[in-house]
Amino acid sequence: MTIKEYLKKFEEGDERALSKIITIIENGYEESKEILEYIGKRTGKAYRIGITGPQGSGKSTLIAKLAKRLLSKFKEIGIIACDPSSPFSFGALLGDRIRMNELFLEKGIFIRSMATRGSLNGLAYKTKEVADILDAFGKEIIIIETIGVGQVEVEISNLVDTTIVVFVPESGDGIQVLKAGLTEIGDIFVVNKSDRIGADILFYELKNLIEMSYQNSKWKPPVILTQAVNNYGIEELEKEIINHYNYLIENNLLEEKRKKAVIRELVNNFENEILKILWQSERVKKLFEKVVEEVWEKKITIEEGVKKLIKEVKYVK
Amino acid sequence: MEKKKIKILIAKPGLDGHDRGAKVVARGLRDAGFEVIYTGLHQTPEMIVNTAIQEDVDIIGLSILSGAHMTIFPEVLRLLKEKGATDIHLFGGGIIPDEDKEKLYQMGVGKLFDPGTKISEIVEYINNLFKEKVSE
Ligand code: B12
Ligand SMILES: Nc1nc2c(ncn2[C@@H]2O[C@H](COP(=O)(O)OP(=O)(O)O)[C@@H](O)[C@H]2O)c(=O)[nH]1
Ligand SMILES: [Mg+2]
Repeated sequence: MTIKEYLKKFEEGDERALSKIITIIENGYEESKEILEYIGKRTGKAYRIGITGPQGSGKSTLIAKLAKRLLSKFKEIGIIACDPSSPFSFGALLGDRIRMNELFLEKGIFIRSMATRGSLNGLAYKTKEVADILDAFGKEIIIIETIGVGQVEVEISNLVDTTIVVFVPESGDGIQVLKAGLTEIGDIFVVNKSDRIGADILFYELKNLIEMSYQNSKWKPPVILTQAVNNYGIEELEKEIINHYNYLIENNLLEEKRKKAVIRELVNNFENEILKILWQSERVKKLFEKVVEEVWEKKITIEEGVKKLIKEVKYVK
Repeated sequence: MEKKKIKILIAKPGLDGHDRGAKVVARGLRDAGFEVIYTGLHQTPEMIVNTAIQEDVDIIGLSILSGAHMTIFPEVLRLLKEKGATDIHLFGGGIIPDEDKEKLYQMGVGKLFDPGTKISEIVEYINNLFKEKVSE
């Protein structure tokens, strides 16, 4: 099939075309450009929810229960579940679906597992593009699961409208975990596995910390106790997502947030391209080698070397 | 440009709990560099085919030790055909008597592996499959 034919089927709502198009983007095939141009004009309708938190905290289970609940309000839901690729074999074992069995036969639910393939930000490389594709396909809600981040991978919050951070009693070391970057990106905090010992303590610690950190903020992130396996607390989670959505809308923040993300992406891509162009220049490469020697022989300082290189930049086409 | 990654769905249909083989194979194929999706126990043919389509896998591998192979394999084949997804290769392993294997091969099922199979044999089979596919 040609890309035109795939896109036509995609427009008709054909799941297999959707799936094939995701594969093309995920693998960076030549046709990607044409597809992204098509997709880019059709995004912006879906509401995007991100779920992050330590591995094994119950993210996939929560997503299954949440999606099931959301089905009573929304017909079309897309789920992207990221899992790590092995740094040794480059293979991956994608197991998030094990917890999502109850969704497999739901019409309107589309689940795609993605391996990180070396990406280090807790998401797969093309997660954003795949979310855009699901959006253009007509999914009303898109839920994205990270690989189960530790502390620094906060990229997810730039990709979604509402970020949910999941903790569990055994995420351990109480406060230490809470102090890490994750407490700064959450719009909603969940203490899952609240059937386990220590959940109450974590809940109050988290609540205190959030109240302090968000004193001057208009949005006060709620903290919720859940038991995903027992379908407990999911109603409240859904309610808080809707609250956060309303907050964003009422304060005109949704568009602002999304525009910020566009700016970020543009800056990132622009900078990457510039670097690529610079390093492709023979003149820059040559001068760089010369500067290395001069600095090494202590003829000039690093700063002077940089100045020399910058002067060369204007000759780069 | 990135090379095509081979994606494999390892599915464990049926009501029994014999998932050791499926897990061993899933992990082994991951370690051999494939992207493997494992969906857990009790998968119906509909669940398997839906998953295969959404994940756009190249191969489905079924693990069946319960004796239900003569109903499950044909049903998965039928659903693949119904959904126009016959390009997805179907194979598997478990406890499957030789005479049943023959019948399943006739229907178009790929190789069926016995207990005691080494992962390297499975990897070799998949790699050969793809050599053929690419050169077609
Ligand atoms: C361990 C085992 C169990 C364990 C299962 C634990 C688990 N989580 O898996 C327990 C104790 C729970 C169990 C229970 C039962 N079992 Co049992 N069990 C076995 C046993 C001894 C070994 C299976 C095993 O795990 N092998 C190790 C794994 C790694 O090997 P494998 O699964 O064969 O996989 C290899 C290959 O077959 C192939 N392969 C397998 N799947 C796939 C998939 C793909 C894609 C590929 C490429 C290759 C591939 O590659 C793998 C690696 O070499 C077999 C007998 C046997 N020798 O096989 C009986 C056996 C499967 N069980 C049997 C039965 C009857 C039962 C019970 C119904 C009652 C009973 N008699 O105990 C219950 C069912 C309970 C239930 N609800 O499921 C029968 C099935 C008979 C049949 N098919 O007609 C067997 C054959 C024993 C027998 N001879 O009677 N069992
Ligand atoms: N005790 C308990 N276990 C849970 C709960 N929620 C999920 N689990 C279990 O925790 C394990 C990891 O869940 P999973 O959803 O895969 O976590 P993920 O890695 O964050 O996606 C699974 O065995 C779940 O069944 C819960 O509320 N209580
Ligand atoms: Mg998960």
